[in-house]
Parts: sequence; C-alpha cells; structure tokens
Amino acid sequence: MTRYFTEDHEWIDVDGDSATVGITQYAQGQLGDIVFAEVPAAGATLKKGGDAAVVESVKAASDVYAPVSGTVIDSNAALEGDPALVNSDPEGEGWFFKLTLSDISELNSLMDAAAYKAFVDGL
Amino acid sequence: MRYLPLTPSDRQAMLAVIGAKSIDDLFCDVPAEARLDGPILGLPNHASEMAVERHFSELARQNMTSSHHPFFLGAGAYKHHVPASVDHIIQRGEFLTAYTPYQPEIAQGTLQMLFEFQTQVARLFGCDVANASMYDGSTACWEAIGMAGRITKRTKALLSSGLHPHYVSVAKTMAQYTGDTLHTALPELSAQTDSARLLAAIDGETSCVVVQYPDILGRIEDLSAIAAKAHAHGALLIAVVTEPVALGAIKAPGEMGADIVVGEGQSLGVGLQFGGPYVGLFACKEKFVRQMPGRLCGETVDAEGKRGFVLTLSTREQHIRREKAMSNICTNSGLCALAFSVHLTLLGEKGLRGLAQLNHALAVQAADRLSKIPGVALVNDSFFNEFTLKLPKEARPVVRALADRKILGGVSLGRLYPNADALSNGLLVAVTETATSADVETFAAALQQILA
Amino acid sequence: MNSIKQSGWKPEMGGVGESVPATYTGNKALMLEEALIFEIGTTETTGVDLADAPQVATRLGNLERHSDIGLPGLSEPETVRHYTRLSRQNYAIDLGFFPLGSCTMKHNPRLNEKVARMAGFADVHPLQPVETVQGALAVINELAVWLIQLTGMYGVAMTPKAGAHGELCGILCIKAALEARGDPRSVILVPESAHGTNPATAAFAGFLVENIPATSEGRVDLAVLKARLGPDVAGVMITNPNTCGLFERDMRAISDAVHAAGGYVYCDGANFNAIVGRVRPGDLGIDAMHINLHKTFSTPHGGGGPGSGPVVLSQALSPYGPLPFTERHADGNYTLVEEETAGERHPRSFGRMTAFHGQMGMFTRALAYIMSHGANGLRQVAEDAVLNANYILRSLEDVLEAPFAHSGPCMHEALFNDNGLAEGFSTLDIAKGLIDEGYHPMTVYFPLVVHGAMLIEPTETESKATLDQFIGALGRVAERAKAGDPSLKSAPHHAPRRRLDETQAARKPVLVWREPEQAVAAE
Repeated sequence: MTRYFTEDHEWIDVDGDSATVGITQYAQGQLGDIVFAEVPAAGATLKKGGDAAVVESVKAASDVYAPVSGTVIDSNAALEGDPALVNSDPEGEGWFFKLTLSDISELNSLMDAAAYKAFVDGL
Repeated sequence: MRYLPLTPSDRQAMLAVIGAKSIDDLFCDVPAEARLDGPILGLPNHASEMAVERHFSELARQNMTSSHHPFFLGAGAYKHHVPASVDHIIQRGEFLTAYTPYQPEIAQGTLQMLFEFQTQVARLFGCDVANASMYDGSTACWEAIGMAGRITKRTKALLSSGLHPHYVSVAKTMAQYTGDTLHTALPELSAQTDSARLLAAIDGETSCVVVQYPDILGRIEDLSAIAAKAHAHGALLIAVVTEPVALGAIKAPGEMGADIVVGEGQSLGVGLQFGGPYVGLFACKEKFVRQMPGRLCGETVDAEGKRGFVLTLSTREQHIRREKAMSNICTNSGLCALAFSVHLTLLGEKGLRGLAQLNHALAVQAADRLSKIPGVALVNDSFFNEFTLKLPKEARPVVRALADRKILGGVSLGRLYPNADALSNGLLVAVTETATSADVETFAAALQQILA
Repeated sequence: MNSIKQSGWKPEMGGVGESVPATYTGNKALMLEEALIFEIGTTETTGVDLADAPQVATRLGNLERHSDIGLPGLSEPETVRHYTRLSRQNYAIDLGFFPLGSCTMKHNPRLNEKVARMAGFADVHPLQPVETVQGALAVINELAVWLIQLTGMYGVAMTPKAGAHGELCGILCIKAALEARGDPRSVILVPESAHGTNPATAAFAGFLVENIPATSEGRVDLAVLKARLGPDVAGVMITNPNTCGLFERDMRAISDAVHAAGGYVYCDGANFNAIVGRVRPGDLGIDAMHINLHKTFSTPHGGGGPGSGPVVLSQALSPYGPLPFTERHADGNYTLVEEETAGERHPRSFGRMTAFHGQMGMFTRALAYIMSHGANGLRQVAEDAVLNANYILRSLEDVLEAPFAHSGPCMHEALFNDNGLAEGFSTLDIAKGLIDEGYHPMTVYFPLVVHGAMLIEPTETESKATLDQFIGALGRVAERAKAGDPSLKSAPHHAPRRRLDETQAARKPVLVWREPEQAVAAE
C-alpha cells in the first residue's frame, strides 16, 4: 500500500486499483473543530480535482477534492455521528471514502510523504 | 436636526483631529462631476415631528381600516385581535433596536426567544425542527420547493390548484432561473380539490407536491394519501399553511406525513399592515435540517457550563458559502417572529384551541347566514374560518359596491385570478373572532341588497 | 483618554476585593436568569380571555385535532415578565454604541414607530379594493419618489423584502434585460471584498461568479476588470462605498467600461448612508441598486429583521422590474399594477417576488425618517457619518493597524486589522473585550480581503463624547491584546454569558426544546 498526497491536503492510500481518501493532519489543524462532513455515496463517479466531499467547521465550509478519478465504493458512515474523528485521527479513523481508480497514471502527479512534508513546511 | 448630536464646534474640533480643512476634503475620492454642491433641488428640507405626524395622519385617514368597518378579508392575511402586551414587548428597545445575534454573549434575549419560536412552530406544524423564520409565507413556499429539489435532485414540482395564486406566481418567477418545472392548475368553484390530479401526476421524477392546508378556497383535505404516494416515489410533500390559527382545530400537516411545512405567521401577533412585514414559517423533518434555508438557533453551553443559545449550522448560509449557499437569504423576520411567539405564549394550548373553535363557529354561522341570500351558494363542504361563496354575478363589482357602503366584504376571486372567467363569481369570505354578529348581519343585508 | 467617567468611577479603583458566594437563584441583582416558556408554562394556562364559541356542528372535513400540540401558555403578568427579562440580556442601540461595520446601526426614531401604528396603515389588508387604500398607496408612491430623487435613478421596485431580496430583484432585472435582447451572457464579476450575498444571489440566478481582485489601496482593480470584460459578462456587482469603507474613485470609468462591453452595473447599496444627499448613484452609471431601509433610513433591525430592500433602476432596467407597483394618475388617484393589467402597463416584468406589496410597515417608518431630515438633513447625515468614521480612523490608527489609511480619508466606516497583537491574540479577543467595556463589538473578519479585519461604522447618530469614550476603551483593549493579557482570552467576563461553545451546537444540533426524558431517550 502506498500513500500519496495532494496540494489540497488530501491523502490517498492506494492498494492495487482501489484507494482510501481523507484529509491530512495539517488540513484538520487549519480547519479547526470539524462539525460536519458530507461524504459521497457509493456509486458516485469522481473526476480528479472535482468536488468529492465537504467538510465544515463552525465558521467555514471547505470542499474536499478527488485526488484521482474513480468510482466511490464505500464512505465512512462513522463521520455522520462523530465528525470529530476528522480532528482526532484524520489519517486513520477519520477517512472519508474509498474508490476504484479509473486511471492509475493519475497518481504520477501526486506527492509522496517526503514531498508533501516539504510542501507543507514551505507554506 | 433632532437625530444628529454633533454640534458645529464638535465638527470643527473633529476636523482638526483628522487634519482636514472641511467636510468636502473627506469626500475627495468622489469624482468632481458626481459631487452635489448642495441639497438636492425640488425636495423639501427637514420637518418637525409634529409636521411629519400631521402628514401621515392625513394619509392614514384616506384608508378604510379593518378596525373601524365590518371586515371579512383573508386570502393569506387575517385580522385577529392582538393582545396589547404583544406590541408593548416588541417595542422594548432591547428587542426593537438589537442586531442579528452574532455576538451571543450579549444577545441571549433574542436567541432564547428564537429557540422558543422554533419549538412553537415545529410543534404547531407537527414537525421535528423549524428555522428562525423567513420573509413571508410566499417566499418560504418557494424556498421549500428549492429545498426539495436539493434533497431529491429532481426538478418536477406539482403545485395544487388550491395554492395561493400569489405564492404560485412567486414560485414561477424563481423557477425561471433554477430550471425547476412547476405543474400548476386553476382551482374550480367546487367542494372538491384537485388531489386526484396530483395523485395521478406523482411519478419517479417528481421532486415535491405542494398543497395548501386549508387551501385558497378554504377547503380542508386529508393529506395522508398524497404523502404516501409521494413517499412511494421518492418525492416530498410540502404543506403550506397561510392561517396558522387553523391548526388549533385541525390536524397538523406533519401528522399526516408532510416532509416540509411552511406558512405565513402573520395571523399571530403581526397585524395586517397592508401586506408586510410578515413572518415566514419553515419547519421540516430532522433528517433534512442541513438542506434547510435560513437562520437556525441552537442550544449549547458557555465556558462556565451554563445553558445558552447561538446561531448555528451557519455554513449553509451565504456569508460563508457565498456562491454555494443554500439560499441568498441574509435575514429572518426577527421582530415579527417575536410578535408571533409572544402571542402564541399568551394563548398557549388552551387559548389557541379556544380561539380556533371560536373562529370556526363564527365562520359556520356566517356561512349559513350568507348562503341563505337568494342566488348565493356556499362552495365548501369543509372550511375553518374562511369559505367561498358563489354569487349570481361577478364578485369584483360587488366587493366595490360593498366598500361604497363601508363594508370590507371579502376578496373576489376575480382579483386573485383576473383572467379566469369560471372563477369570477367567487367571493372569499373570512370570519375571525373580530367579526361581530352585527357585522355579519350588516354584511348580509348589504350583499342581499346589492345582488337584488 | 477620557478616563474619569461621570459616575465617578476611575480605572485605578479596580474590582470588588472580597470573594462573593454564588447566589441561590443564579441571578446577579439586575442580571436575571430566565427559564424557557416550556419550563415555566403549562398547557392549561392562558393569558387571553376569549368569548365562548357558539355551539355549531363543525365542518372541519373530519380532521379535528385530537392530540395535544404541546404549546405552553403563560398568564399576562408572567408573559410580560418573561420577555422583559429576556430583553435585558440583549445589547441594543437604545443601550449603547453599536459600531457594527456595514450594518449602519443608527438611532431608530420613535416617531417612525408611532406613524407605522396608525390604524390607517397598520389595519389595512393588502387585497382591499384600491379605492379604500389610497393613503397607503400614497405612502408607497411618496417614498418611491424620494428614493428615485435621492439616487438620481429612473424607477424603483418597492416589493423586495430585504437587502438580499433586493439584490435578487436587481440581478433578475439584468437577466431579463439580457434575455429580452437575446444575449445569453453567463458571468457576473464580483470584487473579492463583496458581501457574501452578492455571489450567492448571482449564483441563484444561474450566473457564474468570477472574483475581481482589489488593488493595494483596497479598491477594485480597474485594469483587471477591463481586461476581463467581454461578450460573456452580464455585469458587475460592486459595493460603493466599498466594504473597506472607501469610495470607488473609478466608479464612472467602471460603469462606462461595463456598458461599452454590453453589461450592466449592479451596486450593492448597503453603504448608501455615506453618500446620501451628496452623491447620486445614477450619476455614476449605476443600473440597479438596492437600498436597505433598515440601514440608511433607520427602520429598526429588530434583532434580525424584518428588513426592506427597494431597488432603484436605470431606464434600461426599469421595464423588467417586478409586480406589483403603484401608479399615480393625473387626477391624484393611485392604482396598482398587478398581473391583471401587467400585459398592458408593464409587459416585460420578470414577475412577482412576494405575495403582496412589500414591507409597508417599513415604508411608513422610512418615509417618516426621510421627511424628518429632508434634503438638507440627509446631506448632513452623510457628512456626520463620514466625519465620525474619519475621527475614529485618525484617533486609532496609531493603536491598531489601519491597512488603507494611507490612501486617504475613509467614508462612513474605518477598517483595522489585527497585526501587532501578542502571539495567540486575535480580532475575536478584542471584540469580546469590548463587550466587557459595554459596547457591541465592531464587525469582525469582514471584509475577507483583510486578515483579522475590524470594521467600525459609528453612524451619524453618535455624539463626540460617545466616540471619545469608545476610542479610549478600544485603545485600552488593544493594549491588553498587544501585551498578551490572558484575561482577555476568556472575555467577556461581565456579560450574561461567557463565550459559548459553537462547536457543540453545530456537532449535535439541538434546535427545539424537548422534555428532559424525551431528550434522554433521543440520545
């Protein structure tokens, strides 16, 4: 399993042609207390860079973009009752959705952990 | 000028602090060609309080008021007696001159009132939750149609022919820009509503069915069948209540399966005011709350653990979502919501039920009396405090003739449906607790004379 | 700094020395706690006396309500006390200075309330025959004439029920005008400093919204705007004076460029108070502008509405305005143009926006205010509003950073940011500190283009003494924030409530009251 990152602070764990997506530790810190997360339903088709989910703090609503194109196969139902999971464990229990990749080559444009760390340090 | 505290010497001292020679220096960014050198010509200068009051008294005298004449108008705005303490409370400066409660530590008065209002509206409508109010019933109705579209991701809305024609017009205006398709029809002068048409039209593309309860002609119909069919096809039922006092006598729309219930709250506390400001009521099932438009007040605690209230779920709103907001609405109708809430608190369950019973009984008596006039027929089998009469001739001139006799005798359907000949003999008559039996008798006698 | 107050209190006197036990009631003398009506009322109690209903056979379509609604009632004395106690937990203009930028919280004259309550206006029905409401129609028409004259425009749509509703009206006029000439333009340009309602409104009407950046002086970047104009641009929505409190010097050039490119100019009139009587938007090439009667023309804010948002229109857009409206005839009589005569009198209207004739109760109030001031008084309103704002700007620019102060005078509001505060301190702490000093905070974090924005709009109805005390108080709070005073982080300390937990409110929304056992069961 390989983890990639985007400049919009999403992470994606890729296992074969399926993957899990969430937002990074850095992103949750910037957003503050998450009060609501809206995740896409299974079956939804996503386009790389398009709107995939919405995450809300008290004073802000932010779009979460699809890191790659694909079809949603599962979403994290636990977030509905406990959106704070995104704050407490953004890169684990606080995942957003799983999808089947439609174009593996899209991963080439994403960052690995070291590159993302350098990217965040530069902000 | 009585509203301006600065004195000429204050102004000089302040200009000195600013470092400006004159007021004109402060307007230096206005291009020269757009600067006005003095007061706009042709407009009067300032006036004393007495002079202004006199002008308004003269204009007010030119209107025939519901308080001084036999009065039977309804059609979405109703005359009820408003207890004196309601107006006293809404004139308290701490309510009247407060802003939207964005600083909750110093706005608990408004916030607690809104929380109570939301609860009252939700209970009255038989819904889980309600918002902190909308502009009025007609805009609330459109917002509900828009919300149903967001929930169902469909665009076909079926509007009952019993929906207030102005509400239909507002929805038609808005639908031009949103891509919603509205299926509408004109009502018929009949005891039967068009629920058969609605039931037949509900399909898998239907976003919502919109039914007024009681409807524009005053008819009352069970909404359960429409709710059931709508739900079976994944559509929502929106009920519209323009006379909330009715819900002291009849079942709440939420009890019959309505998903969203909206209404006009003017009847309680607000007064007629020639059409505004009024207060839109908006309630729905809890599962739809995040798709709801408008402000919401919620309970929470402060840093010491004390209960308090805040505006919440504001990420739905324009100031955060901007072009992705649920609606562009930026306000509620706070002071009218307060008037509604105070009036309903004074009434309580017991008072509202008593008031509803009284309205209905007086309306039944009036309907019986008026339909005894030769040529006049009562259209309704069922009604609350408003019913439709079918006159032997066009109703609009009759209404004018009544006004000539200083009687405000209802709303002609010709006014509401100007080009529908089949409706032109219809007269809507509302009878509330403010109508005395002498008023009804005066009305009946004049109507008989005019029709003779 | 005006440190000695008329009460004789001086800062060095400090607070109460001894510790005081909590009260039995939770009250603190005049600061009174109040339960909810659902906790103190009963369904058996009522505060009204009604006649007994005559006995009749009901005709309710077999839909009689049998179950309880669950509405508590209170007697009249309990009702008056409940709401009076609640009212005292509110800040209000009647109590003190309310420097909320962009909101124009000016004094609300009581004459306005008195005339709005005259039976001739309060007790007339919107569907009465027009012959019986000539005085009401005259009020609407007189106010309409004033608004047209004060703005130098061609027509006015009176029915919009609030500012955002007015914006929608203006944008729908633009949409209708474009459709009428068969020109399907899709983009509305909005400066990034705009009120959130602007993009929300444009998006609702089906336009794509594109942001236009500001210059370092806080004004619309004319060059960028001009470069973006083209056959796809339906128009611009500009606030002038803008939300940074500055007059858009290039407004005429912006209008000319937009018109030359075939678009229309919408002006957000929220800040009209700065220029009323001194500048007419019509002279700047504006096509549509809403006027918040609850801002410039002093109708009460009422704790969040009702507002009123008439829209003045250029000759190009007037044919598309909404129904209904009033017409004055040569004989002095008024008629209403509604759907019935629209085909003949106003065939290109985009339709109806609300059930009736707009916010009549606000029209009477606004007209009473306008007549009270008159043409000369309204001009003085703008002058004093701008003078007060500049006085605050120059009195505080050494205390707080004023990002655009170098570019010249401000209009009716002064803008500051939170640069220079101690680590961990922000605009929010200054706002909450002002609450303890007895003020409503200024607008915070708006406009979005300025980080940690504080927008102060004093209005013309404040005296110099009030401004001086506020300047002293804000200066002191700012010094505390710069020094990192930890007690400021937990302010307010003296308000009816401490900081409220908005996260909890949003995570688990409790929007209606439930009986405690029900509430537990629902967990």
